[in-house]
This record gives sequence, C-alpha cells and structure tokens, in this order.
Amino acid sequence: MAKKLVIEHLNAWFGAVQAIKDITIDIEENGVTAVIGPSGCGKTTFVRCLNRIHEVVDSARVSGRVMLDGIDIYSKTSDPVLVRRRIGMVFQKPNPFPTMSIFENVAAGLKLNGIKKKDRIADTVEQSLKNAALWDEVKDKLFKPATTLSGGQQQRLCIARTIAIEPEIVLMDEPASALDPISTARIEELIQQIKERYTIVIVTHNMQQAARVSDYTGFFLLGELIEFNRTSDIFTNPIDKRTEDYITGRFG
Amino acid sequence: MKLATGDRTIRFLSTVFASMILLLIAVIVYELFKGSELSIGRFGLKFLVTTTWDPVNEVFGALPFIFGTIVSSVIALIIALPISIGIAVFLSELAPQAIRPSVSLMIELLAAIPSIIYGLWGLFVMVPFLQMYVEPVLSRYFGSIPLFGGVPIGVGMLAGGIILSIMIIPTIASISRDIFNTVPMLYKEAGFALGMTRWEVISKIVFPHSRSGLTGAVMLGFGRALGETMAVTMVIGNAPSISASLFAPSYTIASVIANEFTEATTKLYVSSLIELALILFAISMVFNAVARLLVSRERIVQ
Repeated sequence: MAKKLVIEHLNAWFGAVQAIKDITIDIEENGVTAVIGPSGCGKTTFVRCLNRIHEVVDSARVSGRVMLDGIDIYSKTSDPVLVRRRIGMVFQKPNPFPTMSIFENVAAGLKLNGIKKKDRIADTVEQSLKNAALWDEVKDKLFKPATTLSGGQQQRLCIARTIAIEPEIVLMDEPASALDPISTARIEELIQQIKERYTIVIVTHNMQQAARVSDYTGFFLLGELIEFNRTSDIFTNPIDKRTEDYITGRFG
Repeated sequence: MKLATGDRTIRFLSTVFASMILLLIAVIVYELFKGSELSIGRFGLKFLVTTTWDPVNEVFGALPFIFGTIVSSVIALIIALPISIGIAVFLSELAPQAIRPSVSLMIELLAAIPSIIYGLWGLFVMVPFLQMYVEPVLSRYFGSIPLFGGVPIGVGMLAGGIILSIMIIPTIASISRDIFNTVPMLYKEAGFALGMTRWEVISKIVFPHSRSGLTGAVMLGFGRALGETMAVTMVIGNAPSISASLFAPSYTIASVIANEFTEATTKLYVSSLIELALILFAISMVFNAVARLLVSRERIVQ
C-alpha cells in the first residue's frame, strides 16, 4: 500500500502548552488508522494538525512536516483552504449547520467547489446520503432543518457532508462518542464501507472500536506517540509496557 | 420554608424598587395622555397627518416631525449598519485576541461621549465640511435625483442622519459582536473543515446564525436614533418641512420639543408638544420592544 500521509517531527502548541511532541508516523492509503490514548493525550490535537484546523484557534502553533502525496501541507505555498478540501473532517459532536436543511448541509461543500448545476448537486447529495447510509431515512424530508434529525442521524449527515466533496482523506475525531450503541454500530459499519475509497484516520477512546474498525493503531500518551503498528499486533502483542498497560485497562 | 428576617427584608425592598419601574412607566404614559388631551380633542387623528405647525394661529400638525424623526433615523441606520457589522466581524472573528478588549473598550467609550459634544463637533466641523466638499459634489453629479437636489447649506437631513449614525454605531457594533460571539465554534469549524475560507465561514455560517439577533441590534440602534435630541437639534436645521432633498433642513420630534417647550405660551401649544412626546414614546416603545424580543430569542436559542 502507498503512503498517503507522511508525518515527520510534528509538534503542536496551545500558547505555551505543548500538546503533541515530535510525532513521526505514516498513514497508509485506503486504510483505517486509529489513534487511541487516554483523555488529554493529544490525539485530537494530532488529527486536527492533519487538515490544518488546529491553527483556526487563536494562539495555536504547529511545527514539523505533514506530507500529503509528497507535498508538505505546512509549506508556505500551501493554502489551508485547499488542504481541507482534500482532507475532510468529522467531529466529535455532530455539527450539521443548524440554519440549513438536510439537503443544503450536504450541498454546502459542493457549492464552495464551484459546482452550480442543480441536477449534478442533487445527484451528488443523493449519492453521498446513500453512502452515509442515511438516504432511506431522510429522502422524504430533505428540506427539513438538519436539526430535526437524531444525534446518530446528524453524525451520518456530517459524514455525508464530508464525503460529498470527495476528499482523499477523512479524519474522524471520536465520531461515535456522543452516540448510543446502535448509532455507534452504524457508524462503524459505515467506516468499513467507505474505507475502500477514502483513507481514514479515526480518533477514539474506545479500544474495542479501534480493534474492530482499524488496520493500524497508534497509541498516544502525554503528547507522545508511544507505539504504532498493525492493529492486530498492537492488541495482541504490544511492544511497549505502557501500551500493554493501557490496552489491558490498567490505566486511562 | 420560612425565610430569615434579612432575606425577607431584602426581598421586600427589591420587590418595591422593581415595581417602581413599572409604576414610573405607567405614570409617564398617563401624564403624556393627560397632557395631550387638549390637543387630541382639538385635532384628533388629523394631528398625525397634517403639516402645518403654526403657533401664532394655534394650528398644529405633527407630520413633518414624524417624517424628520423617522427619515433621519433611517439614514443613520443605512450608514451605520455596514460600518457596525464590519467592526463586529473584525472584533469577533478577525482581530488578534490581544487587541480585542482595547478596541471593544474604545467602541463602548464612543457611546459614553455626551451628545452635546457630538453636536458641537457636528456643527463646527462636520457641517462646514459637508457644505463645502460633500454636498456640492453630490449635487453636481447626482443633482438630477431629487435626493441630492436643492441648495447645499450643510445643516439639514443629511447632517442629522450622519451625526446619528456615528452615535448609534457603538450600540449596533457592540451588540452584533456579542451576537457573533455566541455562534458556537463547533459550526465554524465544520465550515473550515469543508474548505470554507474565513469570509465564507462568516457569510454562510456566522451571519445566518445571527440573523434575528442582528435584527434586534439594528432595531435597538434605530430606537436610540429616534430619541436622540441634542446633537440632531444642532445640525438638522430645525425647519418643519417635508422635502425629498437630503440637503433640506428638517426637524425631529425630540428637537422641536427641546426647542419650543420654553416658549410655548398657550395651553394648546403645550398640549400639542406633549402629544408629540406621546407619539415619540409610542414609536420608541414599539421598536425597542420588538428589538429586545428578537435579541432575547436569539440568546435563548443558544
């Protein structure tokens, strides 16, 4: 498999506080990479550096390199807006735009990319909602406010919105942590279905989830990457003592 | 549960003070009605639609003042709105965190400048500037439009509108900034993650999210413009006329009351001025009530 993202010596700060320290990791194309670790270990900050959304917060700072297909997204000539169109993101809390309808939410990114033809937008919206396993539930109320959906539906809507613009990578920051078990299962199923076409990086505090959905797993602790390996190896045969302690539930 | 004596005393006192506000408003309304009885009896609804204001013959009509009040406030709003929104966007979305408090403070200080100072500045600085540079140019190039027709004399509707706009900018800007600040980061980040530029996040997420709150901010500013007296009186020209030209002198309700109350010698004259006050009170109340309703609804939604 090809390396989609090559991350080298990545550091990130909030003001004077360093959230992640010297992370070096490769993300395989069309794989699912899980990032696990206890709260406050920097896993969310790490994925937020991968689409340059970390810097939206005032006082946030990044150093190091993130190579997307060989080109550093932090280079001076790189435009964060274009980076984010290639690297989509699904957040912890479902955040469909509350002022827009279900349809408009999915169409929002398309319009930004200059797609104006109505039938093409409608086709893409339908396809994206189908891919997000939401179409059957919303096809009769596409023009209702997105906020009328349940939490799990809203999160799938956010996934549909993200994949509608055909990003190459989808970052997911604990996408199921605010959802009930049934919605969680649906999101995990969905990840399995869409991973053929996207490279996925998923942050989770749920180790079973990481074991179920991912091909590779990285374990973070106090801002450092402790261990990174195939998921099967991490969970059956961890090399570092701290990884073993964490996955066997001794802390975290 | 029985409250301690101290608690009961405090509750009693604060209830009394709070009720005094309601009482005060009731008394004001009552006095305004009572004071304008004579004028209402004499002119009836015609008072609202006639244009003659003739103290010598005791014929009074309020239309030029209602016109002057509303039009000068509308002009103020047209000028102040884009500037205020720009300031609010800068303060809530664009300015570096470090300078936000000081700029915000300065804007709020603008609201604290006594209106007589705005009036003096308007009369001695702004009016001559309008008369010599702005109005002649407007009149030369757009003179065929009635709005910019007439003699550029400086004082008049345009000067009144501009001075009012300066006075309501702090109100609209600081409320809009508060409203923009209530838009959750969650939604802005969703926009950024979709590849929106900063401007797209502002226009597609922050603005739609703030719509009703902004309407409220605008109406509070408008309410302030309606009642503003001193500065407007000094620059609007004080002539009860209705003209299509922005350069023509005009008159507002607040100005005419301030100017003429001391020289109102007959009962009917006084009563007519009080009826004007009643009209202004009604207009301001309606605008403020609607505005506050909209602002509070926005805050509840958050």
